[in-house]
Amino acid sequence: MSLANKYPKEVQQILSKYPPEGKRSAVMPLLFLAQREEGYVNKAAMQDIAEILDITETDVASIVGFYTLYHDKKEGKYHLQVCTDLPCALRGAEKFMDDLCGSLGIKVGETTSDGVITLEAVTCLAACDKAPMFQIQGREGLKYHENMTVDKTMELVATLKNAVGESK
Amino acid sequence: MAHILLRHREIPNLNQLNVYKENGGLEAFKNAVTRMKPNEVTDVVKNANLRGRGGAGFPTGMKWSFIDNKNWPHYIVANADESEPGTFKDREIMEGNPFQFLEGLMLASYAVGANASYIYLRGEFWDIGDSLDAQIAELEAEGYLGEKLFGTDYSLRLYTHLGAGAYICGEETALLESLEGKRGQPRNRPPFPPAVGLYGKPTIINNVETFTNVPMILAKGADWYKTMGTADSPGVKIFSLSGRVNKPGNYELPLGTTFRELIYTHGGGVIDDRKVKAIMPAGASSSLIMVDDEKILDTPMDYATVRTLKADLGSASVIIIDETVSLDWLINKTVHFFKHESCGKCTPCREGTYWMSHLTERIHGGHGTKADVDLLLNVAKQIQGKCLCALGEFSTMAVVTSIERSRQDFDRVVQA
Repeated sequence: MSLANKYPKEVQQILSKYPPEGKRSAVMPLLFLAQREEGYVNKAAMQDIAEILDITETDVASIVGFYTLYHDKKEGKYHLQVCTDLPCALRGAEKFMDDLCGSLGIKVGETTSDGVITLEAVTCLAACDKAPMFQIQGREGLKYHENMTVDKTMELVATLKNAVGESK
Repeated sequence: MAHILLRHREIPNLNQLNVYKENGGLEAFKNAVTRMKPNEVTDVVKNANLRGRGGAGFPTGMKWSFIDNKNWPHYIVANADESEPGTFKDREIMEGNPFQFLEGLMLASYAVGANASYIYLRGEFWDIGDSLDAQIAELEAEGYLGEKLFGTDYSLRLYTHLGAGAYICGEETALLESLEGKRGQPRNRPPFPPAVGLYGKPTIINNVETFTNVPMILAKGADWYKTMGTADSPGVKIFSLSGRVNKPGNYELPLGTTFRELIYTHGGGVIDDRKVKAIMPAGASSSLIMVDDEKILDTPMDYATVRTLKADLGSASVIIIDETVSLDWLINKTVHFFKHESCGKCTPCREGTYWMSHLTERIHGGHGTKADVDLLLNVAKQIQGKCLCALGEFSTMAVVTSIERSRQDFDRVVQA
């Protein structure tokens, strides 16, 4: 089913934010909407969005490729994105990341074998005073987790894994 | 001193509309729309000499007065893309004192005659986007936003727009491209946004903190505002303090407060009582101020005085580097950041950050030679002055100043 048929209210509400000559502005919110389903934007959704906005599929794909919060392939259900940028690194983020890799048994960029967590290193998230910190990008949005330890993180990971297990 | 921007630290629940109103909120906006001409609002901000808090420090009222009145409609865009490593102040404002930010945006909109204004949030501020949407809906329900406000002919709507992870969208023309649904790549200037901005129309873009200053300036007057800070940089500023200090966080202080007061009185001093080796006053984009002499800590932090140390105050994201940090590691971090965030549009930045990252990696990894350090400095200097926007320039600041001001950090790790 197309995006416009599946989420008619949301699509209309997004389009209403922009003037008719600025319809293309809706591409970013529509991509977030499309990503809700499977955690990534598939080809059919890109076609839908191109059609809604009278732009080409290539235009839509170029937006997906440019911005880091859009994904074009299936990865873990949750993206655990640790900030390892300078201010966080000055407060232990690199060691936190190394230890977390050890506890999860994966390297940065990899996904746990059950498909729940993809671990990523990201740039500054505007939480430099609360390092080590990360955000979790799921299908319904993003949540910050600040002043974290590896133990606290593994508890959170266990909760997420349980929730995924139960929904299966 | 009571806070002016971070008032939620004294007033609980200030992020609720009724609490904000009980504390004088929205009176300035109502007064402006019903009793003042738009240009009178601009004049008050001009007289207060409020300078933009996003990094460049450009006089806000002057920027508003540049808007092209022969071309309509006008737009205002709030830059809430806060992405500079070391900056985390706009987030606290929008979480703790969102209505004061929104009222500032509304006053600016009235001043330039905009009927629709956008808040461009970095995509990671997803929850803030949701709460701002709810707060905007409340303002509409109570008649502060919508058609023909307070029985006048003025109408105003506010909209949030989420980015999706790109530092470059903090650059104002890249932000406009992104808001128009394109890749966030900077535009050639001129024309500048007050002439040709969003959808080709005159547009004013200011930082969240800049807008948040405006309601209090309108309520209490320009003269009151100028009693704080310095003549060149009046008012208060939120300093985001991070790095090797005991109490990192946001500190709202008058412009002109010294580094020493920020680090030792407010920030609890350096971890393990170590010495401050260097300061980056404007986040990862900073030149490094080497603290070879303790007296440097007594420098007042305002736009003009920080420049005498051959650095910029920028957005006042003050990163403290202690004596245990080697600068070859530090610039390897900053260069990788800028390489990742370069939009790829102009060659000096795209290729320059790429080649710098190879060199910093080699040097930091212990495989570099003295000639590599010279080459790195050479590449950085060739980038300078040749890029389409400030990002390329920013990528070189820490590199050039680290090598020129603390060469021993590099000589120590390279082979002869």
